Amino acid sequence: MKFSDLANRLGLTPHQSQGRSDIEVSGAYTGDLLSDVMAYSREKNVWVTCQTHENIVAVAKLKNLAAIILVNSRRPDEATLRRAQEESILLYATSDTAFIMTGRLYTLLNSGTL
Amino acid sequence: MADLHIHTCLSPCADVEMSPLRIAEEARRKRLEILGVCDHNSAENAAAVAEAAGRLGIRVLPGMEITSREEVHILALFEELEAALSMQAEIYAHLAGENDETVFGPQIIADAEDGVTGFCPKLLLNAAALPLEGVVDRIRSRNGLAIAAHADRESFGLLGQLGFIPEGLALDALEISAHLSTAEARERYGPAWPLIRSSDAHALRDIGRATTSFALETAALGEIRMALGGIGGRHILS
Repeated sequence: MKFSDLANRLGLTPHQSQGRSDIEVSGAYTGDLLSDVMAYSREKNVWVTCQTHENIVAVAKLKNLAAIILVNSRRPDEATLRRAQEESILLYATSDTAFIMTGRLYTLLNSGTL
Repeated sequence: MADLHIHTCLSPCADVEMSPLRIAEEARRKRLEILGVCDHNSAENAAAVAEAAGRLGIRVLPGMEITSREEVHILALFEELEAALSMQAEIYAHLAGENDETVFGPQIIADAEDGVTGFCPKLLLNAAALPLEGVVDRIRSRNGLAIAAHADRESFGLLGQLGFIPEGLALDALEISAHLSTAEARERYGPAWPLIRSSDAHALRDIGRATTSFALETAALGEIRMALGGIGGRHILS
């Protein structure tokens, strides 16, 4: 599924939507320890997190992630938003908790089957 | 010889035996010359430890181990108690919640004779609603030292939480654990960062378990700052 379709269906709020929104999403990863995300996330994953520090943009770029979704309506730090614009990293938010967002992503990306 | 990161009975996760007098006696037994008192998000026992240890000729630097919004632990060390208390007021203003002793443990405020003078009601194990950079800026504006606590540890360490050291972060040093050699740390984090080791003691027996030796003129914070920078003949010995 393309990220733009995913964002629509999940009703995500864009903070930085300039970039590769037609990218085909390979899956998702949920985590707030950046060292763990660097170790275990996969290319073109959507990343669900509550961290808003600008290092998240660098991790997304380094791991070639599809997009970052901030949970609990968190807003990116000013430096994070600026860096995401510079690097064309897709940065969205949701009012869902990490659990709910992850569950909805799992359902969408696995056609509703567990 | 300095141990710049010890807790007291104010930290809910520390042993009750970590009282000012007993800390001072243990530090003397271990031949420590400088102690950094860094309780979680609070400096309320720093004055009592400074008084108790001062009588034994040990210099105490008042400080705190601050939890930033990203849940990164930063040591803040000051020359003067007033600066530490001003930092504490700033952190308290950004620290939500009340401690539940039955869950986290008691947060005992003590005097220099080991008398209990009160209990801190704040939830000291919580994270302050301040970003890492904001914490570091507030330490430095009070002429304090900002050091990434147990930087190589996964939980609450700078590298574990944020993956790598944010560009331009104005830290004075990295505190590394015994698991990492100095050479490994230099390779991993770059040669530019001054490295210190300290015990992060939560129990008496752990005080001085890891230390840093400095070549200083006097036991003062400004001297340690010079040693970290390798300025004026001051330096880190080991």
